[in-house]
Formats: sequence, C-alpha cells, structure tokens
Amino acid sequence: MASMTFQVFMQHLTNGISLGSLYALIAIGYTMVYGILRLINFAHGDIFMIGTYVAFYGVTLLALPWWLSFIVAIIFTCFFGMTVERAAYRPLRNSPKISVLISAIGVSFFIENLAIVVFGGRPKAFPIPPMFNKIINIGGVSIVSLTFYIPVITLLLLMGLVYFIHHTKTGMAMRAVSKDYEAARLMAIDVDKIISLTFGIGSLLAAVGGIMWGLKFPQLVPLMGVMPGLKCFIAAVIGGIGDIKGAVLGGFILGLGEIMLVALLPALTGYRDAFAFILLILILLVKPTGLMGQKLTEKV
Amino acid sequence: MLEIKNLNVHYGGIHALRGIHIDIPENKIITLIGANGAGKSTTLRSIMGLTKSSEGSIQYQGESLLKYKTKDIVEKGIVLVPEGRRIFPNLTVEENLILGAYSRKDKAGIAKDMERVYELFPRLKERSWQKAGTMSGGEQQMLAVGRGLMSKPKLLMMDEPSLGLAPLLVKEIFSIIKEIHRQGVTILLIEQNAKASLEIADYGYVLETGSIVLEGKGKDLLTNEEVKKAYLGEAK
Repeated sequence: MASMTFQVFMQHLTNGISLGSLYALIAIGYTMVYGILRLINFAHGDIFMIGTYVAFYGVTLLALPWWLSFIVAIIFTCFFGMTVERAAYRPLRNSPKISVLISAIGVSFFIENLAIVVFGGRPKAFPIPPMFNKIINIGGVSIVSLTFYIPVITLLLLMGLVYFIHHTKTGMAMRAVSKDYEAARLMAIDVDKIISLTFGIGSLLAAVGGIMWGLKFPQLVPLMGVMPGLKCFIAAVIGGIGDIKGAVLGGFILGLGEIMLVALLPALTGYRDAFAFILLILILLVKPTGLMGQKLTEKV
Repeated sequence: MLEIKNLNVHYGGIHALRGIHIDIPENKIITLIGANGAGKSTTLRSIMGLTKSSEGSIQYQGESLLKYKTKDIVEKGIVLVPEGRRIFPNLTVEENLILGAYSRKDKAGIAKDMERVYELFPRLKERSWQKAGTMSGGEQQMLAVGRGLMSKPKLLMMDEPSLGLAPLLVKEIFSIIKEIHRQGVTILLIEQNAKASLEIADYGYVLETGSIVLEGKGKDLLTNEEVKKAYLGEAK
C-alpha cells in the first residue's frame, strides 16, 4: 500500500471514475422507471446486454462503420425497452404490484434465454475502434483514451437529461406523472405515452452504457447484463431509488469503491462483487431511503 | 351546455349513482351539495371519464362524452379541480401552472393566462419559484384553481374547494369563484359548505345516497326547511 505511487493511484482513480460513470448511466434507468411505475425493472440489465450485442453485430455482421453501428444500437435498444414496457408491463397497469414484478422477472429470463438461442452462448470479442484504446498521457499519468471518454460522454448525457427533465414541458409532465397519475390525466397528459418515453430514455442510457462497457470489458456473453444490472440496481437503492441525482451518486460510490478496494487491499480482490452487496446491506440498515431519498409527507 | 341523464355508476358492488339528472346551462353557477359518500365526487369523475358509468348519458355541447378519454375531455374545455387539490408537490408553482396548459400550443395565450392567474392570486406570483408542496393548504388550493384555469376552461368543476381552509380563506375562495364566473366561465361546484355555495349558485341539486332528492334555485334551497335541517345545521 505504501509503495503505491501517485501515478498508480491516479490510474486507479480514473479507472474508478469511468466504472462509476457506467454504473451511473445504468442506474438511472432503474431509478427513472421506479420513479414513475414503482417497479423494479428486472429486465434492465438485459436491455443493456441487447444494446451491446446489436452494436457488435452492426460492426461484424453488417460491416457498418463503428459510429453508425453504435447509433443504430442505441436507437434499437431504445425501442426495445419501450416494447418490453408495452408487452409486459402496460397490460398489468391496474393489477397488483406483485404481478408486474413477476412479469419483470419473467421478461428478464425470457430475454436472457432468447439471447442464448439467437446469439449463442460462446463469448464474443467486442471490436474496439482504435480511437478508444490509444494510450494518452495526462500530467505523467498514462491512461487508455476510453477511460477519459467514458466520464465525458456520461457527463454530456447527464446534462442533457437534467435539461430535459427540468426545462421541457415533457420533462415536467414526467415529474408530474411520477407523483400522481390521475392529476396528470386531468392536465390532459397522456400518461401511457410518458411512461413509454421513460422506458425509452432509460433504455437509451443503458445502451450507451452497454456499448462503453463492451469497449472496456470486450467480452460479450448473453448473461453479461446480470451482474452489472444487479450492481446498478444496488447503486440506485444506495442513492435513494426514484432520485436521479441519487442514482448517479450511488453509481460513482459503487464504481470508485470497488476499484479502490481492490487497489488498496489486493488480498480482497476475490470479494470485489461482494462489496456492492455489503454496501447495500449497510445502507439499508442505516438509511433505508438511500442517501438522497426522502420520505414523502402529505400536507392537509 | 352539459346535460346528465339517468346516470348510473357501479363500483366495487356499490350502486354509487342511481339515475341522476343534472343540467348545467352556459354561464351559470350550479352547485351539488350532499353528505360524504352521497356520490358528488363520483358525478364529477364520471364527467371527466375517470369513472365508467353503467347506464345513462352525459352530453356536452350536443355530443356524448362517454366515448372520450380524460385527455380529450380536458381539451374540449372541461376542467376538474380535484378534491384534496392534487397539485404536483415536487414541481414549482410556475411549473404546475405550465402543466395546466399542457394541451395548449398558443404561447402568447398561455403567457396571458399566466398573468391573469397571477392577478387573481398574487400569492402565487410571489411564490412562483417555490416547490408547490412547501406551500400552505390555502395556497395549494389557489394553485389548484389557477392550474385549472390555465387550460382555458369553458366549464370549471370544483370538488370541495373550501375543504380544510380557514374561514377567511373560504371567503376568499368563494369570491374568486364568483370572479372567475364573471369572466365568462360556467361553474359546477361541489361543496359540503352548503350555505356558501348555495349563496352564489344559480341552481342547486341535493344528492343523497346516489339520488337527487331535491333541486331548485340557490336562494330557494337556502330557505328550504329540509335543506336547512340537514345541511345548514339550523334547527327549526
């Protein structure tokens, strides 16, 4: 530990920030859907996986330029997420919450097994465009260019999302629907449309996260969404599920914490995944609403 | 303007409305009074398409409303200020008002109506950047009414606007209702505060366990012995 130089520390730090960015992007999808439907979308990790595979096939099978393939994958995943909502959640809108939750688990298994059949179980190597694996040198610290791009792209997307939610009429409608469906209907807001849009945005962010995940860990398997999905769900809970800022915070805490744990205490490397779950248990014990979550009070 | 004929509503095994008739002519204030659970809110919810009726008709400007979704009904100019205010607590006052005009596209008209609402409720202008959930009950009620006005209603329906408000505020709300009416909006008012609502109403209906048991001019109902006994708390 004492032997760690500044350079090495900085490398771990940038690595943690870029992993945290990915967790944040995916965690937002959980938190937005929860905010509007009070549903844990168990299929979210699988939607993330679909995005990565579509980008892979765009480059390898269709021989598209990588950037075009990424754009196609993002758009496809966006519609895929909306289709999942329409097919598996919308018909259950007036059913008990538990039915929707079971449907979510069912959809998740369905997508995973469909992926095994369609894509095959054998791992695939994600093609990395050269601009993402150049070694760049910032102030004596050399990092892979991807480690730099991931937080920058994440930041741009977050800024766009915050603008959309707080400064457009549709974003306002989304916040209104998350509080009160019926009052929103009385404002002539099409609640179903807003819910569909929420899934679209969450899936879009998951697709971007998935593609960058593929660039960082370039091995695709049909179950690749399971662990990141769980961890990002945990990130959303840690931050306070339903709160977008909380999801971002939770994502960074988890990503940085995981990398730093392994860097500072190499003996615990094998417990890397357990870290997220231990953190979850601790947060649930100390502050069950999450770091930024708040209890709602009603004024009479 | 709006005509309800033989409206029947069932839910959860309860026959909530038993063939009621209500007529709302243009530019009038109509009130519907009755005890808790008499079916007042159900009537309003049926008009808005939030509750499905089992029988009867609701005609608005010569066309049936039953086939429309809530969204379309709002766009036709009918607005409900719901019971319990139901403002969006996580949005600012101004954002709540903007959502009131959600279906409108005329930016200039929206800005003008926003000014009009702020003139009517100066408190809201002072607090336009505040989260609506942090305001007092009376201010939230003003916001709920203001939000309703933002969609430029032809028929404004209010469900218990004075519920839970201090007497001074109740007076203020009723004078604002009169002012809105003077500006050319037809009003359907539901109240437990029977006295105040009958005083401003052109015509009133008394609802009891899902049926209209009495109707008449507001002034006549005020002096009616049965109404006095049951709703105005005056013993003979």
